[in-house]
Amino acid sequence: MEDFIKTVAPNIWAYRTRFIQSLADTWQLFLIPGLISFFLGIFFGVILTITRKGGIKQNLVVFRIIDTIINVFRAIPFVILLIFLIPFTRLMVGTAIGVRGAVIPLIFGTAPFFSRQVETALANVSPGKIEAARAMGSGTFGLIFRVYLHEAVPELARVTTITAISLVGLTTMAGAVGAGGIGSFAINYGQGQGHPDIVNVCVVVLLIAVCIIQAIGSFIAKKTTNRTFIHRIYKKDSV
Amino acid sequence: MIEIENVTKIFRTKAGSVEALKDVNLKINEGETYGVIGYSGAGKSTLVRCINFLETPDIGAVTIDGKRIEVDGDRLFLTDNGERKKLSEKELSRIRGSIGMIFQHFNLLDRSNVFDNVAYPLRHTGKTKAEIHDRVFQLLELVGLESKVNSYPSELSGGQKQRVAIARALANNPKILLSDEATSALDPDATESILNLLKDLNRKLGVTIVVITHEMGVIKTICDRVAVMERGRVVEEGKVYDIFSNPKQAITRRFVNSTSSLSKVDELVRKDSPLVKSGAGESRLYRLVFDKKVNSPVISEVSRKFGVDFNIILANVEVIGDETIGAMIVKIIGDDKAIDAALTYLSATKVRVEAV
Repeated sequence: MEDFIKTVAPNIWAYRTRFIQSLADTWQLFLIPGLISFFLGIFFGVILTITRKGGIKQNLVVFRIIDTIINVFRAIPFVILLIFLIPFTRLMVGTAIGVRGAVIPLIFGTAPFFSRQVETALANVSPGKIEAARAMGSGTFGLIFRVYLHEAVPELARVTTITAISLVGLTTMAGAVGAGGIGSFAINYGQGQGHPDIVNVCVVVLLIAVCIIQAIGSFIAKKTTNRTFIHRIYKKDSV
Repeated sequence: MIEIENVTKIFRTKAGSVEALKDVNLKINEGETYGVIGYSGAGKSTLVRCINFLETPDIGAVTIDGKRIEVDGDRLFLTDNGERKKLSEKELSRIRGSIGMIFQHFNLLDRSNVFDNVAYPLRHTGKTKAEIHDRVFQLLELVGLESKVNSYPSELSGGQKQRVAIARALANNPKILLSDEATSALDPDATESILNLLKDLNRKLGVTIVVITHEMGVIKTICDRVAVMERGRVVEEGKVYDIFSNPKQAITRRFVNSTSSLSKVDELVRKDSPLVKSGAGESRLYRLVFDKKVNSPVISEVSRKFGVDFNIILANVEVIGDETIGAMIVKIIGDDKAIDAALTYLSATKVRVEAV
């Protein structure tokens, strides 16, 4: 293994500690903003869905405010967003560089996009199901958790996959503000020092990461279409 | 059981406002199966949604099992046992949950199996797991689907899906079941079995059923009384038998004709078919209607008495509940005087005689 790496990508071997550190950084840049954006996206996606015209808790003022904020942040290219948010990031986490400094811009780059995707996923839940649940006496919370989010799981898995893959792309850009990670490793040690093997290995690593995310997402979406992820079998005589 | 008073509902859109319901008044008795028929856009779906307040009327009041819900401006008031108070969202949800409803497209949760679909209205109501389990199996037995308890909706036929929906709608022992075009998406066999099931449940459980449909066949099969709707108004209302034997409004006649081959005669007349032409010694076409008031063998009686013959072009018998209505299109053959006398006699025997 060692010999193999030394032959194919000698510079990766030379900078192996830095390389592994960059992988760990990327993992953090992916995981922390990813998790936060996931919950923010679900939250705002649900709010958009229920407050829109004809929604179960129609409130056009709330809808327009959130709708506009999402549009604004989605319109700004991520590289600009990084710079634009520096003062705000400093205020929030005390620094604008490193992994800590990149979390906030990554959330701003991801959550609005994901909120829109969640909104679209929830829009695919047929109004008939909502109506039936209302007729059975479900209130707003029941409709959100037992119908909207429950029925949209496969679609949510698909949009989460898309967002996660685009987040991988954003983490590499965050390298530009010194966030570290595989992006800055490829730029500084690969391109910067003229080591093409480093760039190539980074591309392969990202490719594998994206493929894994896609495979997991597709698997979950397939497993949850028209059924629950884990089967529960009911029998007449046993509870 | 259900009383609808002066209910008006207006839908406002950018293109203008549409009066979906105009001052509708209806009274539905406990234990009966009540039909509401109309073409699409007549307001029948809106009307049924005003019963469980999925739609809030703009004006009017609806009384369900003694509880009167009244619209006052944009607020709802509940009068129960003479006490009038503002109706909270929570209380309204509770009232909604006490009325069962089934739909044209079933509206089951696709990601829940049959058990979980039927259990939906039972959960979060303070029932234990064991109670829910037993109730679900009891309901599935009632609709004959115990064997499908672990299936998902995508694995069921339309008729089976509607059975699951019926089980779900009956979960909390409702006194009222609303059926919104429940058989319109089903094939004839499934339609028949669902209608039989509804009739059965009505008898066994005494549940009051309100059936919305555009098919007169459905009304004929299961309803006791019917309201005919056109452009937001109830234009005719009464016992199904009376509506069938003596429809007053043009639209009611169209619905009645839609299940009877007798309406074909108008088409034949229009086409100038040789079938409906009168030859020498033949009278013009007459429509004879025999309802439950007629119970003697009038045709052969008249034939013998006046020396005329009946040439029957079309005939049809409707079975409504356990009563029948017969109708036929005839030409009478004989001399003019005898024909006149025969017609007069027929009218006197309560056979309804209409010239076509």
